[in-house]
Amino acid sequence: MSTDSTPALLKSAPGVDSARTDGPAPAGPSARGPRSRSTTAYLRYAAGKLAGAAISLFAVLVTSFFLFRLIPGDPVKQMTGGRQVSTEQIAAMRREFGLDLPLWQQFTEYCGKALTGDFGTSYQFRAPVMDKISEALPATLLLTGTAFVIYTVIGIWLGARSAWRNGSFGDRFNTAFALTLYSVPSFWLGLLLIITLSVGIGPIPGIFPTGGMESGDASGFGYVLDVAHHLVLPVVTLVAVEYARTLLVMRSSLLDEMGSDYLTTARAKGLRDDLVRRRHAVPNAMLPTVTLLFVNLGNTVAGAILVETVFSWPGLGGLFYQALSVPDLPLVQALFFVFAAAVILMNTLADVIYPLLDPRVGR
Amino acid sequence: MTVSTDAVRDKGPRSLARARRRRAVSGFWHQYRTHRAGLAGLVVLGLIALLALTAPVLVGAESQSVTGATGGPLESPSAEFPLGTDQFGRSLLALLLWGTRVSLTVGLLAAFLSVAIGTLVGITAGHFKGWYGTVIMRITDWFLVMPTLVLAIALATVLSRSVWTTILAIGVTTWPTTARLVRAQTLSVESRPYIERSKALGGGHGHIMSRHVLPNVMPLVLSQTTLVISTAILTEATLAFLGLGDPTIVSWGGLLQDAREAGAVSSGNWWYLAPPGLAIAVVALAFTLCGRTIESVLNPKLGVTR
Repeated sequence: MSTDSTPALLKSAPGVDSARTDGPAPAGPSARGPRSRSTTAYLRYAAGKLAGAAISLFAVLVTSFFLFRLIPGDPVKQMTGGRQVSTEQIAAMRREFGLDLPLWQQFTEYCGKALTGDFGTSYQFRAPVMDKISEALPATLLLTGTAFVIYTVIGIWLGARSAWRNGSFGDRFNTAFALTLYSVPSFWLGLLLIITLSVGIGPIPGIFPTGGMESGDASGFGYVLDVAHHLVLPVVTLVAVEYARTLLVMRSSLLDEMGSDYLTTARAKGLRDDLVRRRHAVPNAMLPTVTLLFVNLGNTVAGAILVETVFSWPGLGGLFYQALSVPDLPLVQALFFVFAAAVILMNTLADVIYPLLDPRVGR
Repeated sequence: MTVSTDAVRDKGPRSLARARRRRAVSGFWHQYRTHRAGLAGLVVLGLIALLALTAPVLVGAESQSVTGATGGPLESPSAEFPLGTDQFGRSLLALLLWGTRVSLTVGLLAAFLSVAIGTLVGITAGHFKGWYGTVIMRITDWFLVMPTLVLAIALATVLSRSVWTTILAIGVTTWPTTARLVRAQTLSVESRPYIERSKALGGGHGHIMSRHVLPNVMPLVLSQTTLVISTAILTEATLAFLGLGDPTIVSWGGLLQDAREAGAVSSGNWWYLAPPGLAIAVVALAFTLCGRTIESVLNPKLGVTR
């Protein structure tokens, strides 16, 4: 089989794959062909995907450099903020940030340094950009990671139940509820949660902190509890607006499996309905969903920009917002690269892992 | 489907095609009607469009002016101001109605721009298969992996603040999904025998793409448009909330930003915050419901609930 008959990006219909899977064979290692040949084919396929990812990353790097050079106004003027500065001082600042070089020289220097993880010095913090990013990274990973696990579990569970009872009241309610939350702007939901649960309306007292990640007075186990306390509202917001996508894909991919012969066989064997769903239908329907999960994870990092801004969460998104308002060119560039790289890496990971999960594809 | 030979002689091919389209549309509507969610979405959209069109008559343009505001700053809801006032003393109900116009205009125009680019790219990439198609699809794939919101924010940052910037930023970041869908449909249409017949009769590239492929991808494009509109409205609100919209224009996202700046969150003024967000959610949901209904009428296998 040719290497390019892979699911690639599941942003198009997940049903595309089921067109190829005409055999009833449930996923299992026994379906693999001769080991050695398929391994080389797989390695070649994976190498191709990795090379593609490397090209994409380079393209993002180029974009991040040139896109933000379009910002009108002189960055040095922005930095001095209207204060009286001598021309020598301005020249010194231009030299400090490498703005006195011709554009192409700035670009080659930028690329060379970016390869070693050096994205320059932040205008507003006067600190290496990479330091600021690595400071903010754990907070973002904690927030998006927690939200990701929760909405994945909820989405898959509700999606499977919805599809299994297709057309029932529960299905309609689930889908409608998820779609409604999906249409809600995340920052608005966050603000409302802050008003009702942190500030409190009328007699109801606020029970959650309004923002930030820690109160700063706890240590040891108390610190963990404190961070968890701060984590609740941002995670609830992210889960509420994100779980619909997982639910809908899980639902439609399970619906695709519903008419399959192997399910009839399983029922004919006398298996309980519950077991047919859990052991036979759901594992097969999971395959397209798994790809989506990776794509989700990459997008959630970028999607957290608003939630982090609203909740003053000290993560990458909040940093991006701060950098935008200056604008802090090196920081914006680097964060743009980081967000895009997260999506690209996750997509590539999905492409590389998928054939391992589904032996019917790409071998 | 059955047309007698007399009819062919009397009407000619053009009116025949027209009659066939009319039948297809009425058949489509007949099925659409059975989806309650889709109908509800359509009714809501009709009402909101009506409000947007009649806003100048209902509340008057002077209600947007900061200097001519009639109320005190940050008043709670009252008989005179049903939703209260903002920090400049303007009626929030009036501002909400004006915001409808911006959200719908930006949503529609951005979605049309996005779908137009997507359709053009998709059809040409599917039709010209050689190096052109390959290069175009590489570019599409690259756009597809870019985080839409981050790219839109970046574009809105580097360009001047105006409604057109917002439309452009949304339009050029959301087209790749449409392009992929349209390309897939184009490939499937072009593999059918009547395209070969058309080629044999001397049909050129332009003729095949505009006369045969385009009408066949239009239904798909229609459902895609409604779905993109709801994304566009959400993105517009997001950009305005981040302060990247046109500061001189009243929009729902802008209202939320104003509310946050006025300290509505810390002082618990929920009546300032709730309505604009609710309006965004209702419009976005209505478009999503319509889009999903159109999708399921065209492709019943999706099993969208009625």
